[in-house]
Amino acid sequence: MLIGHQQPDFLLAVEGLTVSFDGFKAVNDLSFYVEENEIRVIIGPNGAGKTTVLDLICGKTKATSGAIHFRGKDLTKMKENQIVQAGVGRKFQTPSIYEDLTVFENLEISYPQGRSVFGALAFQRTAAVRERVEEVAEAIFLKDKLGQSADLLSHGQKQWLEIGMLLIQDPDLLMLDEPVAGMSVSERVKTAELLHTIIKDRSVLVIEHDMKFVEDIAHKVTVLHQGQILSEGTMDTVKNDPKVIEVYLGH
Amino acid sequence: MESPRFLSRSDVIGLAALALLLVVILPLSLDVFRLNLVAKYLTYAFVALGLVLCWGFGGILSLGQGVFFGLGGYGMAMYLKLEASSVENTKIQSTPGIPDFMDWNQITQLPLFWQPFHSLTLTILAILIIPAFFAYLVGAAMFKRRVGGVYFAIITQAIAAILTILIIGQQGYTGGINGITDLRTLKGWDIRPDHAKVVLYFVEVAFLFGCILLALFVRHSKLGRILVAMREKEDRVRFSGYSVANFKIFAFCLAAMFAAIGGAMFTLNVGFMSPSFVGIVPSIEMVIYTAVGGRLSIFGAIYGTLLVNFAKTSLSESFPQLWLFGLGALFIAVVLIFPNGLAGIWRDHVQPLIDRMINKRKSGSDHHNGKSFGPIADGAPAE
Ligand SMILES: Nc1ncnc2c1ncn2[C@@H]1O[C@H](COP(=O)(O)OP(=O)(O)OP(=O)(O)O)[C@@H](O)[C@H]1O
Ligand SMILES: [Mg+2]
Repeated sequence: MLIGHQQPDFLLAVEGLTVSFDGFKAVNDLSFYVEENEIRVIIGPNGAGKTTVLDLICGKTKATSGAIHFRGKDLTKMKENQIVQAGVGRKFQTPSIYEDLTVFENLEISYPQGRSVFGALAFQRTAAVRERVEEVAEAIFLKDKLGQSADLLSHGQKQWLEIGMLLIQDPDLLMLDEPVAGMSVSERVKTAELLHTIIKDRSVLVIEHDMKFVEDIAHKVTVLHQGQILSEGTMDTVKNDPKVIEVYLGH
Repeated sequence: MESPRFLSRSDVIGLAALALLLVVILPLSLDVFRLNLVAKYLTYAFVALGLVLCWGFGGILSLGQGVFFGLGGYGMAMYLKLEASSVENTKIQSTPGIPDFMDWNQITQLPLFWQPFHSLTLTILAILIIPAFFAYLVGAAMFKRRVGGVYFAIITQAIAAILTILIIGQQGYTGGINGITDLRTLKGWDIRPDHAKVVLYFVEVAFLFGCILLALFVRHSKLGRILVAMREKEDRVRFSGYSVANFKIFAFCLAAMFAAIGGAMFTLNVGFMSPSFVGIVPSIEMVIYTAVGGRLSIFGAIYGTLLVNFAKTSLSESFPQLWLFGLGALFIAVVLIFPNGLAGIWRDHVQPLIDRMINKRKSGSDHHNGKSFGPIADGAPAE
């Protein structure tokens, strides 16, 4: 159980992770390791437990047993906001943004400063903050929408905005739950381009169903099925694994 | 992007309009009795102001703000009662020097928790700190456990009920159902005559403006935006690195502190404090004032409180039984038809008219910036 400590070059070490909801094991004795600067994609059929794995890592769901080490810290013992501050960012499956606020304000809230109550009261919109917000807005194709209320954005733009909110946090591990779901073809292309630029200098854990997209970005793919790893390796290895073909890619 | 300033243009106009009403128009046009009624109504405006921050922005509905109003009011009443119960004034009692209701209840010594209220400084500190601290305890116990929404509302309501029962039951220590009455002087200055009422009215208005400025500051700070964000997507805020519970606790404590100041002002202006301002019914009424004014509008809360209370006074003078039904109907109407209350009506219907008139007058010259401003239109969520 100490592999994470023995091999410190792993950014994230998930070991023996299990969670059971009233006896139903949504994630069952799962172990996997993510290296620095690695892009890992998790695929699997609906209900395989993909989202639950992210929930466990970011602290939204408490593990029944097992360990999650991030840079040597045990995330299972930390609060959600501490996990974020340790460098883990997470995008939700459905776009989760603040529709009553402007695009600028959405991004600004994620700026990693003034996170305590009194810090937030004293927070100033300095030139540095403004610059960073504009920089990120540019990356997520929303530069000309900064002053606009976020509820006026299209579905794809909302997804980008949430990605931007993570980007501004500058996490070491970025977790994205189906970032291109519900996007048009052209939006998908732009998102792939966006992901290619933002994955530099950090590790990324992506859940995605779109195989073309997965092939395009993944270093390594983990296939989940019924809470367990069915197969793991490069896209080619996984694609040709008969077990995977049977439960997932076959139909 | 321009920085959100501490006071936007619409805030300055709102403050000026309110000041005109409260400092000039009402004092000049009302007799002392009516002005004192306004003072009484305005004490609830402190509570409504807190509810705008806590409920409107933060989404935390408390149905127990009467608790904090009561704590502030009782704090002030205890001080005034002790001053009124000098040995000289109470020499006919079997134990002179203690409040009359204690004497009637065969209590022969001032209880320990009454002792600090001999000092005005300690009293003021108690009014500001005890309700906020109590809110902190309740907030920490609830929000850290992720209790929110309806459950939180019900718990605050239960606390209001418990405190009322406690006050009524402990007659010897609290004055029971009658409350603490027969208050006379503040540091020797008689609070009962007409000129004192006028002075107290202005003191209260000054405090109200202080609280409004504080609320505007919070609303325009990043904390204000986090409250709005939290109301919408609590998890997103949490997973952006914030301790959601701490922000909720802050909003709840600030609302409690505002309510307590209102309570203390009530005691001073009205001259007594009783459990009928602590319990479930007054707590719900205060939520209705906020809803009528517009729960997203700091200024709206003040106008809502004044308007509902004027209506209450005039209606209950003529049809006392109908008032509660009227209030209920008003609340339903506001929730169903005007979810943003008076402030929403102002913003959506009155303001555009004014804007159009201004625009017509200066058509051709510099164009209008399109941003709505007005005395109560600060509540547009995405402004
Ligand atoms: N909080 C919970 N309580 C009970 N069951 C849950 C809970 N969260 C998830 N589950 C169950 O765990 C299983 C895995 O769910 P999960 O959302 O992780 O799947 P997924 O792989 O993300 O699927 P999808 O591709 O549809 O997003 C599902 O059967 C789901 O019903
Ligand atoms: Mg999922």
